[in-house]
Amino acid sequence: MRNAFARAVTSAAARRPEVVLLAGDIGNRLFDEYKERYPDRFYNCGVAEAGMTGIAGGLAATGLHPITYTITPFNTVRCLEQIRLDICYPNYPALIVGTGSGLSYAGLGATHHSMEDIGLMRMLPNMHVVCPGDAIEVEMALEAAIGVKGPVYLRLGKKGEPQVHLSPPVFEIGKGIVLRRGEKIAILGVGNMLPVAVEVADRVDNFGVKPTLISFHTIKPLDGDLLEDLFSNCQRIAVIEEHGLAGGAGSAILEWANERNLDASKVSRFGVKDAFLTGYGNQSEARRLLGLDGEAIFDALKGYL
Amino acid sequence: MLYGEVDEESRPGFERVNWQSIASELRAQVVELSHQAKAAHLASSLSCVDILAVLYESVMNLKEDDPGWSERDRFILSKGHAAAALYAVLARKNILTDVQLDSYGQEGSLLEEHPSPRLVGIEAATGSLGHGLAIGNGIALGARIQGRQFGAYVLLSDGECNEGATWEAALFASRHQLTNLCAIVDFNKWQATGRSQEVLAIDPLADKWRAFGWEVEEVDGHDHEQLEVKLRIRSDKVPRILVAHTVKGKGISFMEDDNNWHYRIPTSEEVHLARVELGLK
Repeated sequence: MRNAFARAVTSAAARRPEVVLLAGDIGNRLFDEYKERYPDRFYNCGVAEAGMTGIAGGLAATGLHPITYTITPFNTVRCLEQIRLDICYPNYPALIVGTGSGLSYAGLGATHHSMEDIGLMRMLPNMHVVCPGDAIEVEMALEAAIGVKGPVYLRLGKKGEPQVHLSPPVFEIGKGIVLRRGEKIAILGVGNMLPVAVEVADRVDNFGVKPTLISFHTIKPLDGDLLEDLFSNCQRIAVIEEHGLAGGAGSAILEWANERNLDASKVSRFGVKDAFLTGYGNQSEARRLLGLDGEAIFDALKGYL
Repeated sequence: MLYGEVDEESRPGFERVNWQSIASELRAQVVELSHQAKAAHLASSLSCVDILAVLYESVMNLKEDDPGWSERDRFILSKGHAAAALYAVLARKNILTDVQLDSYGQEGSLLEEHPSPRLVGIEAATGSLGHGLAIGNGIALGARIQGRQFGAYVLLSDGECNEGATWEAALFASRHQLTNLCAIVDFNKWQATGRSQEVLAIDPLADKWRAFGWEVEEVDGHDHEQLEVKLRIRSDKVPRILVAHTVKGKGISFMEDDNNWHYRIPTSEEVHLARVELGLK
Protein backbone atom coordinates (compact mmCIF):
# COMPACT_ATOMS: atom_id res chain seq x y z
CA MET A 1 0.00 0.00 0.00
CA ARG A 2 2.76 2.44 0.76
CA ASN A 3 4.25 2.25 -2.72
CA ALA A 4 0.79 2.90 -4.12
CA PHE A 5 0.53 5.87 -1.79
CA ALA A 6 3.90 7.23 -2.96
CA ARG A 7 2.82 6.94 -6.60
CA ALA A 8 -0.56 8.50 -5.93
CA VAL A 9 0.77 11.41 -3.88
CA THR A 10 3.32 12.24 -6.58
CA SER A 11 0.59 12.27 -9.18
CA ALA A 12 -1.69 14.34 -6.90
CA ALA A 13 1.08 16.90 -6.41
CA ALA A 14 1.40 17.21 -10.20
CA ARG A 15 -2.25 18.10 -10.60
CA ARG A 16 -2.75 20.06 -7.40
CA PRO A 17 -0.27 22.84 -6.59
CA GLU A 18 -1.78 23.13 -3.10
CA VAL A 19 -0.54 19.69 -2.02
CA VAL A 20 2.38 19.75 0.45
CA LEU A 21 3.79 16.49 1.80
CA LEU A 22 5.25 16.40 5.33
CA ALA A 23 7.03 13.29 6.59
CA GLY A 24 8.18 12.38 10.08
CA ASP A 25 11.64 11.16 9.11
CA ILE A 26 10.46 7.95 7.48
CA GLY A 27 9.89 6.83 3.90
CA ASN A 28 13.57 6.72 3.03
CA ARG A 29 13.70 6.70 -0.82
CA LEU A 30 9.93 6.18 -0.98
CA PHE A 31 9.33 9.78 -2.00
CA ASP A 32 12.44 10.29 -4.14
CA GLU A 33 10.46 11.03 -7.28
CA TYR A 34 8.14 13.40 -5.44
CA LYS A 35 11.08 15.22 -3.85
CA GLU A 36 12.87 15.56 -7.13
CA ARG A 37 9.83 17.01 -8.90
CA TYR A 38 8.42 19.16 -6.11
CA PRO A 39 11.29 20.01 -3.76
CA ASP A 40 9.50 23.05 -2.34
CA ARG A 41 6.46 20.93 -1.44
CA PHE A 42 8.15 18.19 0.57
CA TYR A 43 9.43 18.65 4.11
CA ASN A 44 11.02 16.10 6.38
CA CYS A 45 9.79 17.46 9.71
CA GLY A 46 12.10 15.21 11.66
CA VAL A 47 11.13 12.92 14.51
CA ALA A 48 8.67 15.52 15.72
CA GLU A 49 5.12 14.48 14.99
CA ALA A 50 3.43 17.14 17.12
CA GLY A 51 5.48 19.81 15.37
CA MET A 52 4.69 18.32 11.97
CA THR A 53 0.96 18.33 12.66
CA GLY A 54 1.02 21.93 13.88
CA ILE A 55 2.87 22.91 10.69
CA ALA A 56 0.14 21.16 8.71
CA GLY A 57 -2.45 23.29 10.51
CA GLY A 58 -0.54 26.46 9.65
CA LEU A 59 -0.09 25.47 6.00
CA ALA A 60 -3.80 24.73 5.72
CA ALA A 61 -4.53 28.15 7.22
CA THR A 62 -2.80 29.70 4.20
CA GLY A 63 -4.87 27.69 1.72
CA LEU A 64 -2.53 24.76 1.09
CA HIS A 65 -3.50 21.09 1.44
CA PRO A 66 -0.99 19.41 3.76
CA ILE A 67 -0.46 15.66 4.03
CA THR A 68 1.36 14.29 7.08
CA TYR A 69 2.94 10.86 6.77
CA THR A 70 4.55 8.60 9.32
CA ILE A 71 4.01 5.32 11.17
CA THR A 72 0.45 5.06 12.41
CA PRO A 73 0.76 5.28 16.22
CA PHE A 74 3.17 8.22 15.91
CA ASN A 75 0.92 10.06 13.48
CA THR A 76 -2.24 9.58 15.56
CA VAL A 77 -1.74 8.85 19.25
CA ARG A 78 1.48 10.83 19.61
CA CYS A 79 0.10 14.04 18.13
CA LEU A 80 -3.57 13.57 18.91
CA GLU A 81 -4.04 17.02 20.39
CA GLN A 82 -2.45 18.76 17.42
CA ILE A 83 -4.82 16.86 15.11
CA ARG A 84 -7.73 17.80 17.36
CA LEU A 85 -6.99 21.51 17.80
CA ASP A 86 -4.77 22.57 14.91
CA ILE A 87 -6.67 20.70 12.19
CA CYS A 88 -10.08 19.33 13.22
CA TYR A 89 -11.33 22.31 15.24
CA PRO A 90 -10.83 24.83 12.39
CA ASN A 91 -11.97 22.06 9.99
CA TYR A 92 -9.00 22.47 7.68
CA PRO A 93 -8.55 20.34 4.59
CA ALA A 94 -5.63 18.15 5.59
CA LEU A 95 -4.73 14.50 5.28
CA ILE A 96 -3.23 12.47 8.11
CA VAL A 97 -1.69 9.29 6.73
CA GLY A 98 -0.79 6.43 9.05
CA THR A 99 1.44 3.78 7.52
CA GLY A 100 2.01 0.31 8.97
CA SER A 101 -1.36 0.25 10.68
CA GLY A 102 -2.75 -2.47 12.91
CA LEU A 103 -0.30 -5.36 13.13
CA SER A 104 1.60 -4.49 9.94
CA TYR A 105 4.73 -4.10 12.03
CA ALA A 106 3.82 -6.88 14.45
CA GLY A 107 7.45 -7.92 14.85
CA LEU A 108 8.54 -4.44 15.89
CA GLY A 109 6.61 -4.80 19.11
CA ALA A 110 3.72 -3.08 20.83
CA THR A 111 5.34 0.35 20.39
CA HIS A 112 4.61 0.05 16.66
CA HIS A 113 1.19 -1.62 16.79
CA SER A 114 -1.85 0.55 16.29
CA MET A 115 -5.02 -0.70 17.91
CA GLU A 116 -6.48 2.68 18.84
CA ASP A 117 -6.13 4.91 15.79
CA ILE A 118 -9.54 4.31 14.19
CA GLY A 119 -11.24 4.88 17.52
CA LEU A 120 -9.32 8.06 18.31
CA MET A 121 -9.68 9.55 14.85
CA ARG A 122 -13.40 8.87 14.58
CA MET A 123 -14.00 10.57 17.93
CA LEU A 124 -12.72 13.86 16.54
CA PRO A 125 -15.41 16.18 15.15
CA ASN A 126 -15.03 16.98 11.41
CA MET A 127 -12.63 14.06 10.84
CA HIS A 128 -13.21 11.47 8.11
CA VAL A 129 -11.72 8.00 8.62
CA VAL A 130 -10.78 5.98 5.55
CA CYS A 131 -9.12 2.55 5.54
CA PRO A 132 -8.42 1.40 1.97
CA GLY A 133 -8.39 -2.35 1.44
CA ASP A 134 -5.69 -2.76 -1.18
CA ALA A 135 -3.24 -0.78 -3.33
CA ILE A 136 -5.88 0.21 -5.89
CA GLU A 137 -8.13 1.52 -3.15
CA VAL A 138 -5.19 3.47 -1.70
CA GLU A 139 -4.75 5.41 -4.93
CA MET A 140 -8.45 6.09 -5.25
CA ALA A 141 -8.83 6.95 -1.57
CA LEU A 142 -6.02 9.48 -1.75
CA GLU A 143 -7.61 11.26 -4.67
CA ALA A 144 -11.00 11.27 -2.96
CA ALA A 145 -9.47 12.44 0.34
CA ILE A 146 -7.79 15.44 -1.25
CA GLY A 147 -11.18 16.43 -2.63
CA VAL A 148 -12.67 16.63 0.88
CA LYS A 149 -12.97 20.15 2.31
CA GLY A 150 -11.96 19.00 5.76
CA PRO A 151 -9.64 16.63 7.58
CA VAL A 152 -9.24 13.00 6.55
CA TYR A 153 -7.38 10.18 8.26
CA LEU A 154 -6.04 7.60 5.80
CA ARG A 155 -5.07 4.28 7.37
CA LEU A 156 -2.54 2.30 5.34
CA GLY A 157 -1.02 -1.14 5.78
CA LYS A 158 2.58 -1.75 4.72
CA LYS A 159 3.77 -3.00 1.34
CA GLY A 160 3.14 -6.15 -0.63
CA GLU A 161 -0.44 -6.79 0.49
CA PRO A 162 -2.52 -8.98 -1.87
CA GLN A 163 -4.38 -7.04 -4.54
CA VAL A 164 -8.11 -7.61 -4.18
CA HIS A 165 -9.57 -5.53 -6.98
CA LEU A 166 -8.79 -6.65 -10.52
CA SER A 167 -9.86 -3.30 -11.91
CA PRO A 168 -10.51 0.06 -10.25
CA PRO A 169 -13.85 -0.02 -8.41
CA VAL A 170 -16.11 2.96 -7.91
CA PHE A 171 -14.60 4.59 -4.84
CA GLU A 172 -16.43 7.18 -2.82
CA ILE A 173 -15.66 8.16 0.76
CA GLY A 174 -18.57 7.04 2.91
CA LYS A 175 -19.70 4.30 0.48
CA GLY A 176 -18.67 0.69 1.01
CA ILE A 177 -17.70 -1.35 -2.04
CA VAL A 178 -19.85 -4.44 -2.54
CA LEU A 179 -17.60 -7.11 -4.05
CA ARG A 180 -20.11 -9.96 -3.90
CA ARG A 181 -23.85 -10.01 -3.32
CA GLY A 182 -25.09 -13.01 -1.35
CA GLU A 183 -27.61 -13.88 1.31
CA LYS A 184 -27.83 -14.44 5.07
CA ILE A 185 -24.35 -13.31 5.93
CA ALA A 186 -22.35 -10.20 5.17
CA ILE A 187 -18.60 -10.05 5.63
CA LEU A 188 -17.13 -6.59 6.02
CA GLY A 189 -13.38 -6.28 5.56
CA VAL A 190 -11.87 -3.11 7.00
CA GLY A 191 -8.64 -1.76 5.48
CA ASN A 192 -5.77 -4.20 5.42
CA MET A 193 -8.07 -7.04 6.61
CA LEU A 194 -9.89 -7.02 3.26
CA PRO A 195 -7.82 -9.96 1.92
CA VAL A 196 -8.70 -11.96 5.07
CA ALA A 197 -12.36 -11.06 4.55
CA VAL A 198 -12.06 -12.43 1.00
CA GLU A 199 -10.65 -15.68 2.37
CA VAL A 200 -13.47 -15.94 4.92
CA ALA A 201 -16.02 -15.32 2.14
CA ASP A 202 -14.43 -18.09 0.05
CA ARG A 203 -14.67 -20.49 2.98
CA VAL A 204 -18.31 -19.55 3.57
CA ASP A 205 -18.99 -20.05 -0.12
CA ASN A 206 -17.33 -23.47 -0.09
CA PHE A 207 -19.53 -24.33 2.88
CA GLY A 208 -22.53 -23.77 0.62
CA VAL A 209 -23.67 -20.28 1.55
CA LYS A 210 -23.28 -17.27 -0.74
CA PRO A 211 -21.99 -14.41 1.39
CA THR A 212 -22.12 -10.70 0.75
CA LEU A 213 -18.56 -9.34 0.74
CA ILE A 214 -17.81 -5.69 1.29
CA SER A 215 -14.75 -3.50 1.40
CA PHE A 216 -15.91 -1.36 4.30
CA HIS A 217 -13.27 1.30 3.85
CA THR A 218 -14.92 4.33 5.45
CA ILE A 219 -15.53 4.23 9.19
CA LYS A 220 -16.57 7.87 9.34
CA PRO A 221 -18.96 8.82 7.93
CA LEU A 222 -20.54 5.36 7.99
CA ASP A 223 -22.38 4.15 4.91
CA GLY A 224 -25.90 4.34 6.38
CA ASP A 225 -27.66 3.13 3.23
CA LEU A 226 -25.51 0.05 3.01
CA LEU A 227 -25.85 -0.74 6.72
CA GLU A 228 -29.64 -0.37 6.55
CA ASP A 229 -29.68 -2.84 3.69
CA LEU A 230 -27.47 -5.30 5.61
CA PHE A 231 -29.45 -5.05 8.85
CA SER A 232 -32.69 -5.67 6.88
CA ASN A 233 -31.49 -8.52 4.73
CA CYS A 234 -28.77 -10.39 6.63
CA GLN A 235 -28.92 -12.61 9.68
CA ARG A 236 -25.27 -12.08 10.49
CA ILE A 237 -22.89 -9.18 9.88
CA ALA A 238 -19.21 -9.92 10.45
CA VAL A 239 -16.83 -6.99 10.79
CA ILE A 240 -13.15 -7.82 10.45
CA GLU A 241 -10.50 -5.27 11.40
CA GLU A 242 -6.91 -5.20 12.58
CA HIS A 243 -7.73 -2.80 15.42
CA GLY A 244 -8.88 -2.97 19.00
CA LEU A 245 -12.47 -4.08 19.47
CA ALA A 246 -12.98 -1.00 21.62
CA GLY A 247 -13.68 1.95 19.39
CA GLY A 248 -13.04 0.32 16.05
CA ALA A 249 -15.21 -0.16 12.98
CA GLY A 250 -17.31 -2.89 14.61
CA SER A 251 -17.85 -0.67 17.60
CA ALA A 252 -18.95 2.19 15.31
CA ILE A 253 -21.47 -0.12 13.64
CA LEU A 254 -22.86 -1.23 17.03
CA GLU A 255 -23.35 2.42 17.98
CA TRP A 256 -25.01 3.11 14.64
CA ALA A 257 -27.42 0.17 15.09
CA ASN A 258 -28.18 1.11 18.69
CA GLU A 259 -29.15 4.65 17.71
CA ARG A 260 -31.70 3.20 15.28
CA ASN A 261 -33.02 0.47 17.55
CA LEU A 262 -31.73 -2.18 15.16
CA ASP A 263 -30.69 -5.62 16.32
CA ALA A 264 -27.02 -5.10 17.16
CA SER A 265 -26.70 -8.73 18.28
CA LYS A 266 -26.49 -9.61 14.57
CA VAL A 267 -22.98 -8.16 14.52
CA SER A 268 -19.92 -10.34 15.05
CA ARG A 269 -16.83 -8.25 15.62
CA PHE A 270 -13.37 -9.59 14.85
CA GLY A 271 -10.53 -7.47 16.18
CA VAL A 272 -8.03 -7.30 18.98
CA LYS A 273 -9.02 -7.70 22.60
CA ASP A 274 -8.07 -5.29 25.37
CA ALA A 275 -4.41 -6.25 25.81
CA PHE A 276 -0.98 -5.33 24.51
CA LEU A 277 0.39 -7.99 22.19
CA THR A 278 3.83 -9.09 23.28
CA GLY A 279 6.06 -11.89 22.08
CA TYR A 280 7.80 -11.83 18.73
CA GLY A 281 5.86 -12.75 15.62
CA ASN A 282 5.26 -11.43 12.13
CA GLN A 283 1.90 -10.12 10.99
CA SER A 284 0.42 -13.44 9.93
CA GLU A 285 1.68 -15.17 13.08
CA ALA A 286 0.19 -12.38 15.19
CA ARG A 287 -3.12 -12.69 13.37
CA ARG A 288 -3.20 -16.44 14.01
CA LEU A 289 -2.37 -15.91 17.67
CA LEU A 290 -5.24 -13.44 17.98
CA GLY A 291 -7.78 -15.51 16.03
CA LEU A 292 -7.73 -13.00 13.18
CA ASP A 293 -6.87 -15.41 10.37
CA GLY A 294 -9.37 -16.66 7.80
CA GLU A 295 -9.71 -20.10 9.32
CA ALA A 296 -10.38 -18.91 12.88
CA ILE A 297 -12.89 -16.30 11.73
CA PHE A 298 -14.71 -18.84 9.55
CA ASP A 299 -14.85 -21.30 12.49
CA ALA A 300 -16.36 -18.61 14.69
CA LEU A 301 -19.00 -17.83 12.06
CA LYS A 302 -19.86 -21.42 11.06
CA GLY A 303 -22.58 -21.71 13.68
CA TYR A 304 -24.53 -18.91 12.00
CA LEU A 305 -24.55 -20.47 8.53
CA MET B 1 11.75 56.26 32.11
CA LEU B 2 8.47 54.59 33.00
CA TYR B 3 6.72 52.51 30.39
CA GLY B 4 4.60 54.59 28.10
CA GLU B 5 6.60 57.79 28.62
CA VAL B 6 7.68 58.82 25.19
CA ASP B 7 10.49 61.04 24.06
CA GLU B 8 8.96 61.72 20.65
CA GLU B 9 12.03 63.52 19.26
CA SER B 10 14.18 60.43 19.70
CA ARG B 11 12.11 58.28 17.36
CA PRO B 12 12.17 59.84 13.94
CA GLY B 13 10.33 58.01 11.20
CA PHE B 14 7.56 56.81 13.46
CA GLU B 15 4.11 58.24 13.64
CA ARG B 16 3.34 59.94 16.92
CA VAL B 17 1.46 57.39 18.94
CA ASN B 18 0.30 58.07 22.45
CA TRP B 19 1.25 54.68 23.71
CA GLN B 20 0.60 55.47 27.35
CA SER B 21 -2.98 56.38 26.69
CA ILE B 22 -3.57 53.35 24.44
CA ALA B 23 -1.98 50.96 26.91
CA SER B 24 -3.89 52.39 29.87
CA GLU B 25 -7.21 52.10 28.08
CA LEU B 26 -6.45 48.53 27.05
CA ARG B 27 -5.42 47.63 30.60
CA ALA B 28 -8.59 49.10 32.05
CA GLN B 29 -10.62 47.14 29.53
CA VAL B 30 -8.83 43.90 30.37
CA VAL B 31 -9.46 44.42 34.09
CA GLU B 32 -13.12 45.18 33.39
CA LEU B 33 -13.48 42.10 31.15
CA SER B 34 -12.03 39.86 33.84
CA HIS B 35 -14.42 41.30 36.41
CA GLN B 36 -17.46 41.18 34.17
CA ALA B 37 -16.90 37.62 32.91
CA LYS B 38 -15.36 36.36 36.16
CA ALA B 39 -12.54 35.12 33.99
CA ALA B 40 -9.08 34.26 35.32
CA HIS B 41 -5.63 34.97 33.82
CA LEU B 42 -5.88 38.71 34.33
CA ALA B 43 -2.22 39.14 35.28
CA SER B 44 -1.11 37.06 32.27
CA SER B 45 -3.13 39.37 30.03
CA LEU B 46 -1.70 42.53 31.59
CA SER B 47 1.88 41.39 31.02
CA CYS B 48 1.42 41.20 27.24
CA VAL B 49 -0.85 44.19 26.57
CA ASP B 50 2.02 46.40 25.37
CA ILE B 51 3.36 43.76 22.99
CA LEU B 52 -0.09 43.23 21.48
CA ALA B 53 -0.72 46.97 21.20
CA VAL B 54 2.53 47.59 19.33
CA LEU B 55 2.00 44.62 16.99
CA TYR B 56 -1.53 45.63 16.02
CA GLU B 57 -1.07 49.42 16.06
CA SER B 58 2.25 49.72 14.37
CA VAL B 59 3.98 46.56 13.18
CA MET B 60 1.67 44.12 11.43
CA ASN B 61 0.45 44.64 7.89
CA LEU B 62 -3.34 44.68 8.25
CA LYS B 63 -6.23 46.24 6.37
CA GLU B 64 -8.39 48.38 8.62
CA ASP B 65 -11.69 47.47 7.00
CA ASP B 66 -10.92 43.89 5.93
CA PRO B 67 -9.85 41.73 8.88
CA GLY B 68 -9.88 38.60 6.69
CA TRP B 69 -7.60 40.15 4.03
CA SER B 70 -5.71 37.19 2.59
CA GLU B 71 -2.30 38.92 2.64
CA ARG B 72 -2.50 40.14 6.25
CA ASP B 73 0.26 39.34 8.70
CA ARG B 74 -0.95 36.66 11.08
CA PHE B 75 -0.79 36.88 14.85
CA ILE B 76 -1.07 33.78 17.01
CA LEU B 77 -1.64 34.16 20.71
CA SER B 78 0.04 30.91 21.64
CA LYS B 79 -0.46 31.81 25.31
CA GLY B 80 -4.19 31.61 24.67
CA HIS B 81 -5.08 32.28 28.30
CA ALA B 82 -4.38 35.98 27.62
CA ALA B 83 -7.40 36.08 25.29
CA ALA B 84 -8.90 39.12 27.05
CA ALA B 85 -5.89 41.23 26.07
CA LEU B 86 -6.23 40.10 22.46
CA TYR B 87 -9.98 40.79 22.42
CA ALA B 88 -9.40 44.31 23.75
CA VAL B 89 -6.82 45.00 21.04
CA LEU B 90 -9.02 43.49 18.30
CA ALA B 91 -11.89 45.69 19.45
CA ARG B 92 -9.63 48.73 19.34
CA LYS B 93 -8.79 47.85 15.73
CA ASN B 94 -12.52 47.37 14.96
CA ILE B 95 -11.88 43.73 14.11
CA LEU B 96 -14.33 43.00 16.93
CA THR B 97 -17.29 45.26 17.58
CA ASP B 98 -17.90 46.74 21.02
CA VAL B 99 -21.04 44.62 21.22
CA GLN B 100 -18.94 41.51 20.63
CA LEU B 101 -16.42 42.63 23.23
CA ASP B 102 -19.21 43.15 25.76
CA SER B 103 -20.41 39.61 25.13
CA TYR B 104 -17.20 38.19 26.61
CA GLY B 105 -18.08 35.53 29.14
CA GLN B 106 -21.76 35.54 28.30
CA GLU B 107 -23.69 32.45 27.27
CA GLY B 108 -23.37 31.75 23.56
CA SER B 109 -20.61 34.30 22.96
CA LEU B 110 -17.85 33.43 20.51
CA LEU B 111 -15.49 35.25 22.86
CA GLU B 112 -14.49 32.38 25.10
CA GLU B 113 -11.82 32.45 27.77
CA HIS B 114 -9.42 31.02 25.18
CA PRO B 115 -9.57 32.17 21.55
CA SER B 116 -11.63 30.20 19.04
CA PRO B 117 -10.83 30.12 15.33
CA ARG B 118 -14.54 30.56 14.63
CA LEU B 119 -14.11 34.21 15.56
CA VAL B 120 -12.93 36.58 12.83
CA GLY B 121 -9.46 37.83 13.72
CA ILE B 122 -8.42 34.65 15.52
CA GLU B 123 -5.91 32.59 13.56
CA ALA B 124 -5.70 29.47 15.75
CA ALA B 125 -7.33 27.70 18.66
CA THR B 126 -4.87 28.22 21.46
CA GLY B 127 -4.95 27.69 25.19
CA SER B 128 -3.50 24.25 25.24
CA LEU B 129 0.08 25.46 25.40
CA GLY B 130 2.81 24.59 22.93
CA HIS B 131 0.69 24.70 19.75
CA GLY B 132 1.25 28.21 18.44
CA LEU B 133 4.83 28.15 17.25
CA ALA B 134 4.36 25.10 14.99
CA ILE B 135 1.25 26.71 13.50
CA GLY B 136 3.33 29.85 12.95
CA ASN B 137 5.89 27.66 11.16
CA GLY B 138 3.17 26.39 8.84
CA ILE B 139 1.88 29.89 8.11
CA ALA B 140 5.36 31.27 7.42
CA LEU B 141 6.23 28.26 5.26
CA GLY B 142 2.88 28.51 3.45
CA ALA B 143 3.65 32.11 2.54
CA ARG B 144 7.07 31.14 1.23
CA ILE B 145 5.79 28.19 -0.83
CA GLN B 146 3.21 30.43 -2.48
CA GLY B 147 5.54 33.40 -2.93
CA ARG B 148 3.39 35.59 -0.71
CA GLN B 149 4.68 38.36 1.53
CA PHE B 150 2.88 37.94 4.83
CA GLY B 151 4.55 36.81 8.02
CA ALA B 152 3.56 35.21 11.30
CA TYR B 153 3.98 36.65 14.79
CA VAL B 154 3.65 34.19 17.66
CA LEU B 155 3.41 35.21 21.30
CA LEU B 156 4.57 32.56 23.77
CA SER B 157 4.60 32.53 27.55
CA ASP B 158 7.66 31.50 29.52
CA GLY B 159 5.63 28.66 31.04
CA GLU B 160 4.92 27.52 27.51
CA CYS B 161 8.63 26.96 27.00
CA ASN B 162 8.12 23.87 29.18
CA GLU B 163 6.29 22.23 26.28
CA GLY B 164 8.31 19.88 24.10
CA ALA B 165 6.24 20.88 21.07
CA THR B 166 7.57 24.45 21.38
CA TRP B 167 11.09 23.15 20.89
CA GLU B 168 10.09 20.85 18.02
CA ALA B 169 8.82 23.97 16.30
CA ALA B 170 11.97 25.92 17.22
CA LEU B 171 14.09 23.31 15.44
CA PHE B 172 12.03 23.40 12.25
CA ALA B 173 11.88 27.19 11.98
CA SER B 174 15.62 27.46 12.31
CA ARG B 175 16.42 24.60 9.93
CA HIS B 176 14.13 26.06 7.27
CA GLN B 177 15.24 29.65 7.90
CA LEU B 178 11.74 31.00 8.35
CA THR B 179 12.71 34.65 8.30
CA ASN B 180 9.07 35.69 8.02
CA LEU B 181 8.41 34.19 11.44
CA CYS B 182 8.82 36.27 14.57
CA ALA B 183 8.26 34.87 18.04
CA ILE B 184 7.98 36.83 21.26
CA VAL B 185 8.23 35.33 24.73
CA ASP B 186 6.23 37.23 27.32
CA PHE B 187 8.84 36.47 29.96
CA ASN B 188 6.99 37.47 33.13
CA LYS B 189 8.92 34.95 35.24
CA TRP B 190 5.81 33.19 36.49
CA GLN B 191 3.71 30.25 35.44
CA ALA B 192 0.45 29.01 36.94
CA THR B 193 1.77 27.79 40.27
CA GLY B 194 5.20 29.29 40.71
CA ARG B 195 8.26 31.04 39.34
CA SER B 196 9.20 29.65 35.94
CA GLN B 197 12.75 29.43 37.22
CA GLU B 198 11.63 27.29 40.17
CA VAL B 199 9.31 25.01 38.22
CA LEU B 200 11.68 23.88 35.48
CA ALA B 201 14.70 26.18 35.66
CA ILE B 202 13.87 28.00 32.45
CA ASP B 203 16.97 30.22 32.53
CA PRO B 204 19.02 30.98 30.57
CA LEU B 205 16.05 31.34 28.24
CA ALA B 206 17.65 33.57 25.60
CA ASP B 207 20.63 31.22 25.35
CA LYS B 208 18.31 28.28 24.79
CA TRP B 209 16.80 29.98 21.75
CA ARG B 210 20.25 30.99 20.51
CA ALA B 211 21.35 27.38 20.78
CA PHE B 212 18.37 26.42 18.61
CA GLY B 213 19.65 28.72 15.88
CA TRP B 214 17.38 31.74 16.36
CA GLU B 215 18.34 35.39 16.29
CA VAL B 216 17.51 36.48 19.82
CA GLU B 217 17.10 39.91 21.34
CA GLU B 218 16.17 40.67 24.91
CA VAL B 219 13.85 43.64 25.25
CA ASP B 220 11.75 45.44 27.83
CA GLY B 221 8.31 44.08 27.01
CA HIS B 222 6.66 47.25 28.29
CA ASP B 223 8.80 49.70 26.30
CA HIS B 224 6.66 50.47 23.26
CA GLU B 225 9.36 52.30 21.31
CA GLN B 226 11.85 49.51 21.78
CA LEU B 227 9.25 46.90 20.86
CA GLU B 228 8.31 48.88 17.78
CA VAL B 229 11.89 48.98 16.55
CA LYS B 230 12.74 45.39 17.38
CA LEU B 231 9.52 43.85 16.06
CA ARG B 232 10.05 45.51 12.68
CA ILE B 233 13.43 43.87 12.09
CA ARG B 234 13.61 40.78 9.91
CA SER B 235 16.80 38.79 9.75
CA ASP B 236 17.76 37.63 6.28
CA LYS B 237 18.88 34.21 7.50
CA VAL B 238 17.03 32.89 10.54
CA PRO B 239 13.79 33.35 12.48
CA ARG B 240 13.80 36.00 15.18
CA ILE B 241 12.62 35.86 18.74
CA LEU B 242 12.28 38.65 21.26
CA VAL B 243 12.67 37.53 24.84
CA ALA B 244 10.53 40.28 26.31
CA HIS B 245 11.10 40.89 30.00
CA THR B 246 7.73 41.72 31.49
CA VAL B 247 5.97 42.05 34.81
CA LYS B 248 2.97 39.87 35.45
CA GLY B 249 0.02 42.11 36.30
CA LYS B 250 1.87 45.13 34.86
CA GLY B 251 0.29 48.53 35.34
CA ILE B 252 -1.80 47.86 38.44
CA SER B 253 0.34 48.23 41.56
CA PHE B 254 -1.51 45.68 43.66
CA MET B 255 -1.35 43.05 40.92
CA GLU B 256 2.23 43.52 39.76
CA ASP B 257 4.38 40.43 40.23
CA ASP B 258 1.75 38.83 42.48
CA ASN B 259 0.92 35.41 41.06
CA ASN B 260 -2.39 35.24 42.94
CA TRP B 261 -3.68 37.27 40.03
CA HIS B 262 -3.11 34.35 37.71
CA TYR B 263 -6.52 33.15 38.92
CA ARG B 264 -8.05 35.95 41.04
CA ILE B 265 -10.99 37.93 39.73
CA PRO B 266 -11.05 41.66 40.61
CA THR B 267 -13.94 43.02 42.67
CA SER B 268 -15.83 46.18 41.63
CA GLU B 269 -13.74 48.10 44.13
CA GLU B 270 -10.52 46.74 42.64
CA VAL B 271 -11.71 47.60 39.13
CA HIS B 272 -12.25 51.16 40.34
CA LEU B 273 -8.83 51.34 42.01
CA ALA B 274 -7.21 50.02 38.86
CA ARG B 275 -8.90 52.66 36.73
CA VAL B 276 -7.75 55.40 39.07
CA GLU B 277 -4.18 54.10 38.93
CA LEU B 278 -4.36 54.04 35.15
CA GLY B 279 -5.44 57.65 35.15
CA LEU B 280 -8.96 56.88 33.97
CA LYS B 281 -12.20 57.76 35.65
